Amino acid sequence: MRSRAWRIFLVLTMFSSCAAFAQSAAPVADQLARLQAQIAQAQSAADNSWMLVSAALVLLMTGPGLALFYGGLVRRKNVLSVMMQSFAMMCIITVVWALVTYSLAFDSGTAFIGGLHHLFLRGVGLKPDPAYSATIPLQTFMIYQLMFAIITPALITGAFAERMKFSGMAVFLTLWSIFVYSPMAHMVWGKGGLLNAAMGGSIPCLDFAGGTVVHVTSGVSALVCALYLGKRIGYPREAMPPHSLVLSFIGACLLWVGWFGFNAGSALGSGPLATSAFVNTQFAAAAAALSWAAAEWMRSGKPSALGAISGAVAGLVAITPAAGFVQPMSALVIGVIAGAFCFFMVVKVKTWFGYDDALDAFGVHGAGGTLGAILTGVFATSAINPIFKDAKGNPLPSGVVDGNWHQLFNQFVGVAIAWTISIIGTYILLKLVDSTIGLRATREDEMEGLDVTQHGEEGYEYAS
Amino acid sequence: MEKIEAIIQPSKLDAVKDALLEVGIEGMTILEARGHGRQKGHTEFYRGREYTVDLLPKVKIEMVVPDELAEKAVQAILSSARTGKIGDGKIFRSKIDDAIRIRNDERGSSAL
Repeated sequence: MRSRAWRIFLVLTMFSSCAAFAQSAAPVADQLARLQAQIAQAQSAADNSWMLVSAALVLLMTGPGLALFYGGLVRRKNVLSVMMQSFAMMCIITVVWALVTYSLAFDSGTAFIGGLHHLFLRGVGLKPDPAYSATIPLQTFMIYQLMFAIITPALITGAFAERMKFSGMAVFLTLWSIFVYSPMAHMVWGKGGLLNAAMGGSIPCLDFAGGTVVHVTSGVSALVCALYLGKRIGYPREAMPPHSLVLSFIGACLLWVGWFGFNAGSALGSGPLATSAFVNTQFAAAAAALSWAAAEWMRSGKPSALGAISGAVAGLVAITPAAGFVQPMSALVIGVIAGAFCFFMVVKVKTWFGYDDALDAFGVHGAGGTLGAILTGVFATSAINPIFKDAKGNPLPSGVVDGNWHQLFNQFVGVAIAWTISIIGTYILLKLVDSTIGLRATREDEMEGLDVTQHGEEGYEYAS
Repeated sequence: MEKIEAIIQPSKLDAVKDALLEVGIEGMTILEARGHGRQKGHTEFYRGREYTVDLLPKVKIEMVVPDELAEKAVQAILSSARTGKIGDGKIFRSKIDDAIRIRNDERGSSAL
């Protein structure tokens, strides 16, 4: 009798503990789900904080980086006009981006241009769009890309500095942003873009941070502007040395540091790819500065400060398309080549052809960007960034160093498209604006100085 | 009264001021100037473009002194501003019709 009761008691105990065990298994699954969400949130927080900092760094490149760099290179009477042109881009492009150009660049549409679903930033909220980045709010992506859209037309101002009307410049560059920048950005980075290597574009062009989108377009458009507007009065007979290389030096250093946001931020995250791009950016800038300085030292007998900082910028331009695709040693090589090549373009080729690209927007950005895009096809390796994958997800060769010679062809096509859209688009827009409100300042205005005639101000007031 | 204008090397300004003070001249006007005589300029390079800079920085000192101090002032400037090289500068002397103190309308040498 006692052993039977004992057996019943044991069985009952076993059942009840089984039931108790089944009930605590559900909270464990909940806990796991919660932990997974927290991990995703932490990842998101890391990526978003880096991306917001990067966006700020890229804006810093325009204001005051580019404003100071260009401002110091012009004559004293035009310093404010140059700064106002960059500042105007910071303001105008922001509004146009919010209203329409973000949609044209990053909405899905055709292979050449996006649609209008995101007009007035409709649908651009705080949830990620996994097509662009699964970990950051879409608005972060939008604001980051805005800073690129701002600096690209600002770079063009270097070509027509000291002779362009403020009103003509504002209208022309706004239209340029809509009709040249947006399609190019869409083709390389937008959903369904023809050249988008990350999203299966039919002609995948490797452009990590905007070698073609930003530098080739702005540089080539700058050349068209310089040729269309003509030379400054007195060029090249009259000496027009920079009025303050101190300002230019400060600007160049701000550009260098800001470029970490430009390149490393293009990883769209805070992981190891951002590190690669960051390291490559630094290496290329330093190598190119030394390369330009060495070339100048040999040619003119002295390494100038202007040459050294110009070399650094050339290196930064050239590494822009390659930043997240190449090994650090390749970045050094790209820098050395870019410094020497851009030196040659600015010092020799500009004199041969005689165009007045006042601040060497074409010589550094157009030429440097083209060179960088080609070298990206040479040095890109899947070891750094497995951008091409087969059906099973295994990395495929990226550039020539991986054995993929075909990528050079793709890079050429991307560059050719950038050149074409820039030349045609810029020329049409210049003609349009010139025939309506006019582009070039009058002779008198140009001679007196744009600060006083366009803005009613002087950059430096000595009497007070 | 004589006006003495001296164009000198900027690096010699302190020495010249001290030398003038020593001979009793306290009032003078200093101007920053650019110019050249027979001294050649130099070339500067900006992004491969060569510029010949032949307007060199100089300092101009102007002073109006009583006739009896004029030669002493000139000697003071000569000894303190000279380096012996081209580019040392020049001194000019001219006669002054009148000098007037603005504060109290005092005229003549006592206004100096």
